[in-house]
Amino acid sequence: MTAVVFQIVQLVLVVAAAPLLTGVVRLVKARLNGRRGPSPLQPYRDLARLLRKDVLVTDTASWLFQAAPYAVFVLTWLAASLVPTFATGFALAPAADLILLAGLLGTARAVQALAALDTGTAFGGIGASREMMIAALAEPAMLMVVLSLAILVGTTAAPAVVEALAQGSVGVRVSLAMALVTLVMVALAETGRVPIDNPATHLELTMVHEAMVLEYSGRHLALIELAGMLRLLLFVSLIGAVFVPWTLLPRDGAPAMALLGLVAYGAKLLVAAVLLGLFETSIAKMRVFRVAEFLGVAFLVGVMAAIFLFVSRGIGP
Amino acid sequence: MLLVASAFVVLAVAMLVQAAPLPRDVRNASTGCGTALGCGLLLAAAVAHAAGLLDPDPHARLPLGPGGFGASLLLDPVAAVGLAVVGLGGAAASIHAIGYERAQGAGHAAGPVPTMPLLPPFVAAMALVPLAADVLTLLFAFEAMSVVSWILVIANGRSQDGGRAGPIYLITAAFGTLCLVLSFALLGGAEGAWRFTTMRETDVGPVRTAFAVGLAILGAGSKAGLFPLHVWLLLAHPAAPSPISALMSGVMTKMALLVLVRILFDLAGQPSWWWGTVLMVIGLASGLMGVLHALMQDDLKRLLACSTVENVGLIAIGLGVALQFQAAGLPAVAVVALAGALLHMINHAVFKTLLFLAAGSVLSATGERGIDRMGGLLRTMPVTGAAALVGSLSIAGLPPFNGFASEWMTFQAVLSAGRLPQWELKMLLAAAAAGLALIAALSAVCFVRAFGIAFLGRHRERGAATAHDADGTMRLGVALPAAVCVLFGLLPMLPLVLVHPAVLELLPGAGVGDAAAMTLWLLPPGGVQGYAPWAIASIGAALGIATWLALRPTGGGGARRVPAWGCGHPPVGPVSQYGGSSFAQPIRRVFGTVAFAARESVDMPAPGDTRPARHAVRMIDPAWEAVVRPLAAAVGWLADRANGLRSLTIRAHLAIGFGLLVGLLVLTAVVR
Repeated sequence: MTAVVFQIVQLVLVVAAAPLLTGVVRLVKARLNGRRGPSPLQPYRDLARLLRKDVLVTDTASWLFQAAPYAVFVLTWLAASLVPTFATGFALAPAADLILLAGLLGTARAVQALAALDTGTAFGGIGASREMMIAALAEPAMLMVVLSLAILVGTTAAPAVVEALAQGSVGVRVSLAMALVTLVMVALAETGRVPIDNPATHLELTMVHEAMVLEYSGRHLALIELAGMLRLLLFVSLIGAVFVPWTLLPRDGAPAMALLGLVAYGAKLLVAAVLLGLFETSIAKMRVFRVAEFLGVAFLVGVMAAIFLFVSRGIGP
Repeated sequence: MLLVASAFVVLAVAMLVQAAPLPRDVRNASTGCGTALGCGLLLAAAVAHAAGLLDPDPHARLPLGPGGFGASLLLDPVAAVGLAVVGLGGAAASIHAIGYERAQGAGHAAGPVPTMPLLPPFVAAMALVPLAADVLTLLFAFEAMSVVSWILVIANGRSQDGGRAGPIYLITAAFGTLCLVLSFALLGGAEGAWRFTTMRETDVGPVRTAFAVGLAILGAGSKAGLFPLHVWLLLAHPAAPSPISALMSGVMTKMALLVLVRILFDLAGQPSWWWGTVLMVIGLASGLMGVLHALMQDDLKRLLACSTVENVGLIAIGLGVALQFQAAGLPAVAVVALAGALLHMINHAVFKTLLFLAAGSVLSATGERGIDRMGGLLRTMPVTGAAALVGSLSIAGLPPFNGFASEWMTFQAVLSAGRLPQWELKMLLAAAAAGLALIAALSAVCFVRAFGIAFLGRHRERGAATAHDADGTMRLGVALPAAVCVLFGLLPMLPLVLVHPAVLELLPGAGVGDAAAMTLWLLPPGGVQGYAPWAIASIGAALGIATWLALRPTGGGGARRVPAWGCGHPPVGPVSQYGGSSFAQPIRRVFGTVAFAARESVDMPAPGDTRPARHAVRMIDPAWEAVVRPLAAAVGWLADRANGLRSLTIRAHLAIGFGLLVGLLVLTAVVR
């Protein structure tokens, strides 16, 4: 019963908190740039405004163009609600597999890219092509993180990983730090942040994600924007849960303690927003073809994390 | 066995109908329906066997074969998996073939040889391969399968690659069978065991087994399309008529892989660690080269053939990993890997058949094979387009479709790398995990590109704009496998029911509990996680409907149709869309320069010059350059040398013959 309640809370929580996270990141960046910046609640207002607006659809597009925003949003929402946020004992926990998570995000991305191609414009194609290339490069690096965790913990289920890491039986390992580096780099690429992509760009030729959604408007655009915010929240939650696992309520914990977990989760989001704002302000966007080098480094660090584990297990106890 | 026998009878009748004095369309329709019925019976036999409805000792002896021994057939669990593959792929392809033949006959491009009379024997030969219980029957079926498909390839010979494909296919098929003959001969031992029952009990020692395994990988691998012996496949599969391409890619490669499974897991005895390693490395190479090849292709059918190489590679990785864990004494993990590989065989048979049939529908509707000449087909061909979308998402390994389920199981097995004893193998498996992820991600890129360029956007040529959805049988032919893709995606336990008995038979030592745990949830060994696509999908559907209902009243009515905005640059002609080669350009820059030594050259005329600007890409296929060309040169050189033998004197000939005899006698004396 608690598990179902936790699941519903988590479903609502992620979708409610995602715009706030984006708003705080924008505020931090504005302050660092010396601007006052909009209120952190601005994304909610933007979404509400988009929902009120008319929907325009390209006249040569097929049904896929109109169905895509719903599919992208639901898949991302589902994926975000599979990541443990404040407790590990939620109803979908047995299905919360890290590979499935990557798969759901992959389906959302593929549908988004198809919709971009459906517009029949050059910008849609350029965005889709680049987005798919970045994804293809990020996937192996992501899997190296999963591999390291699977070797350490013996499973790829996110809640089980979190519980095992929280118990401290794994100990402090250099591989975990390397996996963190890889996961952060992958997260930057997957969420389209600087230096891979610039979410605030106004120059079409440098766009990746924005180029794909140029033709969307009204509620379609609102759904896609919200899906993008959920994607950012998902990666922040994942990094927070795996690398700061002690704040999450374990499966056998007292349900009342979940409040503590919720507060800690809020704190994690805040810290992540500030760090992300700092990082994005201090670095420049790189050329598209440099992304391969960036993600290549991420992959190599991930491989080293896995190899260190093998070697230490092979030599140690 | 009665079901199987009746299936073969139905197939024979379906072939004989072609000789009846009936109108062409009626003849073809009855052959197609008969073949589909035969395939349905094969599938029913497989299901009934898995459900335990058949008699426990389903042997059959046919009064054919050498020396009155009689060819023996056996419906065991492995054969049941094979029959399911043949049944699923064959039924869809034969229904589709009815409409395809009619369209071909009515259209301008009538093939020189009709496809229909050879369809039933092709299906029958493929079904015989997994059923065979002795070497001769197996080799006969294997050769029959090759020869019939070869005729179908050269029948279409006037088309682009058919002329070149025929000889290369024949040579490779002969080479593959030769390797298999030698492999079986080694496994048969000194007594020459040729029935599988006696061969299993024959132990021929590690050296001969090693050679037999190597030859089996070479022989069955060349037929299945494993790197670097896949070159024939890229030429032959697209050259055949589309329903036959579907069967060749979707079903025939699986039969070759099942022969490999039969030898490596069943006949050769306890595996040693390097079998799986070799197979896995070859699988990785096939997967990567196949998907990169597919990404560079503009011809839809060739692209699909390349992706077959990739998927055969994925299956080989699964088989290799299973062998490694079995050799290491970890049957619990080997179960997952082997089940994943066999499941991917069934899944790939379904979606590759679907995609080839969809390509055939598009070809007969527009007359085009190049994706850069299609575009917007989802609007003009809604049923074919929707089915192709399902197939593309499935083959890209995306949840909740069926391709993800089998890839997920392979991932779970590979991620158990930490349990292997040797640390070299652990590292290799870590590399395999990275390779698998890269293959999966690249195949998503590949099929987003293929579907997006061909079926979405604006029509690039007139053919795409005036295309109509194919007729009833062709639509049914693509809709059936699409439905199976969704069904097996949501409930992967259904095909796993077929796979489990085979896995348990092939992996001695694996407990029943390991497999029984996977009834409702896919559960890997020792973990608490699982994969329950039906649960995830139903919650996703509920969320989707809720979102749709919640947003419906806002925005003041439905969507308005407007011309594309294009950021203030309204698109000009359809050529301003992204094409296939422009979509693949980032991948070509990142991977193609290494894998294919891809070089781009741009010829930009000076201002004022009216010449068109030209952009050319040059790519080199390493398999051609490194394997096929040297091999062909070596064969030519040997033939030239052998030519010299003809002009020797009679004494020299006698001397050679005598020397050979003495050499063989000495060899026999040494070996005995």
